[in-house]
Amino acid sequence: MSQYRRIDVSKTGDVTLVRFQDKKILDESMIEEFGTELFGLVDLDNRKSILLNFDGVEFLGSAALGKLITLDRKVKGKKGRLKLSNICPEILEVFQVTKLNRVFDIRDDEADALAAF
Amino acid sequence: MRQTHWRRFSPLCRLAEERGPNEMSHEHQSWQHDYTLPSERGASRVVLDELLSKLGSFGWEQSDIFGVHLAAEEAIVNAILHGNQLDPEKKVLVACEVSPRHVRIRVTDEGPGFKPDTVPDCTREDRLDMPGGRGLLLMRSFMTTIEYNDRGNSVLLEKDLDAPAPTPGDEDA
Repeated sequence: MSQYRRIDVSKTGDVTLVRFQDKKILDESMIEEFGTELFGLVDLDNRKSILLNFDGVEFLGSAALGKLITLDRKVKGKKGRLKLSNICPEILEVFQVTKLNRVFDIRDDEADALAAF
Repeated sequence: MRQTHWRRFSPLCRLAEERGPNEMSHEHQSWQHDYTLPSERGASRVVLDELLSKLGSFGWEQSDIFGVHLAAEEAIVNAILHGNQLDPEKKVLVACEVSPRHVRIRVTDEGPGFKPDTVPDCTREDRLDMPGGRGLLLMRSFMTTIEYNDRGNSVLLEKDLDAPAPTPGDEDA
């Protein structure tokens, strides 16, 4: 997949670095695209080490969480590794309330996350 | 006069008696609006844009606005997708009331309703990565009060900035 509308994709060493183009990952059509683009990294491009950098993202609800959970399963299914970083305090609380901070490997910042691969 | 103006929000009436006159001028204001939304994806946007803007203009902190945004979005999306199941014949009613320390949002769909007590606990270890229940949990965690009617097709969300702080599951922080 070469053309992305919801995410920016780059490489740092072996790690695929993903940033988000939207401050608010919000309505359903946006979330579907968000999911499709993320899943394509694993299903189509066969990427196994993925870092999602949430810098600038201000809102994320349960529908987007569902996509992240599916992505996590896909990555783990290919014996890859998924990490999350730069999550703002409000969204971090969403992960904590739902206890998804136990499912995801969440790091403070990009350097910290890259060092942990 | 003041109590009459605020009678819908009893916590504010109590607050008014506790505060000095210099702190109260802003609190005379309130805003309310009712919306009738089509059962379409993205229909929540019109409500949320206005609601969040009003909260900001009443001086709400960004972290509190985030919680209201999250809860309202979850409630409206649930009503459109699960309640009305995107049926173009059915509408979602959203009634909002905002004041400097309190927000009240009622979301009603035309679906058969559901029993919130039967929604599985999404924080159970064996259900952590399964779908279902997360939206309801987020509404409960980020608002002061969440109440469903008996039929289960109408939810009332309230956030009262003077209520004791909720304790969302931050034990894993």
